[in-house]
Amino acid sequence: MSERQQNLDIRTSREPDATIVKISGEVDLRTSPQLRDVFLELLETKPQRVILDLTGVGYVDSSGVGTIVELKRRAMQDNGTVILVGLQARVRSLFEITRLDKFFTITATVDEARQA
Amino acid sequence: MSGPDALSLEITSDPAELPKVRTTVRNWSKRHDWQEDQIADIVLAVDEALSNVIRHGYDGEPGHKIKVAARMIEDPSHGPGLEISIRDFGKQVELDSIRGRDLDDLRPGGLGVHIIRSVMSCTKYSHADGGGMQLVMRKYKHRAGEDSQSPTEKP
Repeated sequence: MSERQQNLDIRTSREPDATIVKISGEVDLRTSPQLRDVFLELLETKPQRVILDLTGVGYVDSSGVGTIVELKRRAMQDNGTVILVGLQARVRSLFEITRLDKFFTITATVDEARQA
Repeated sequence: MSGPDALSLEITSDPAELPKVRTTVRNWSKRHDWQEDQIADIVLAVDEALSNVIRHGYDGEPGHKIKVAARMIEDPSHGPGLEISIRDFGKQVELDSIRGRDLDDLRPGGLGVHIIRSVMSCTKYSHADGGGMQLVMRKYKHRAGEDSQSPTEKP
């Protein structure tokens, strides 16, 4: 089996009222530690509003979902919030299967997330 | 598991193996005329099962053997489907302890088993002869055959 291994592309931008994390790629057991490292660094700034732009994420497994849940829990400890944006159908389905969709605000666009 | 339609893989307990397995299982399922949403379910179930083996069966240690086998089946009650077997040689855990967590609790972890049981028709964990665990899971092509209310262990 040979296949080029892709890492996640994670881009963070800070705005006055939000931090936007744009993620592209597949979030699984191999790549979720990379995402977790970015989240832990972000949490040190005690962000009040984190917008996770998942438009470019075609696959998430339970380790990815768990990493996002951990971000949300830790952000909440500092009264922060995490908003999910642009979930592809299968990614959204995973949040629904695990009933985590009710714990997150989910919007279609980053602009909507800014207003949420 | 054998036969002309069977899939047989042997990988190591390295997360870097997962994307390759997902691609292989996706392509194999496509060749057997599964619908796109069903293929996504099958791929997710295999990925979650392998992740559980790597994390819990082998405590995240790479280099240990895992066997993946899949075959098409014709069940007398449920019709056409597939059966996937995941065999490891790691720790044996109490079968009663294999369960998804309470979904009303917002915390990371413990979701893999719940996801597998949600997307597959039925699952069965057992202690494999010679050590390790074996998971056998089935998915049927027709939803009427799925046991969505009671994801019990029955193949």
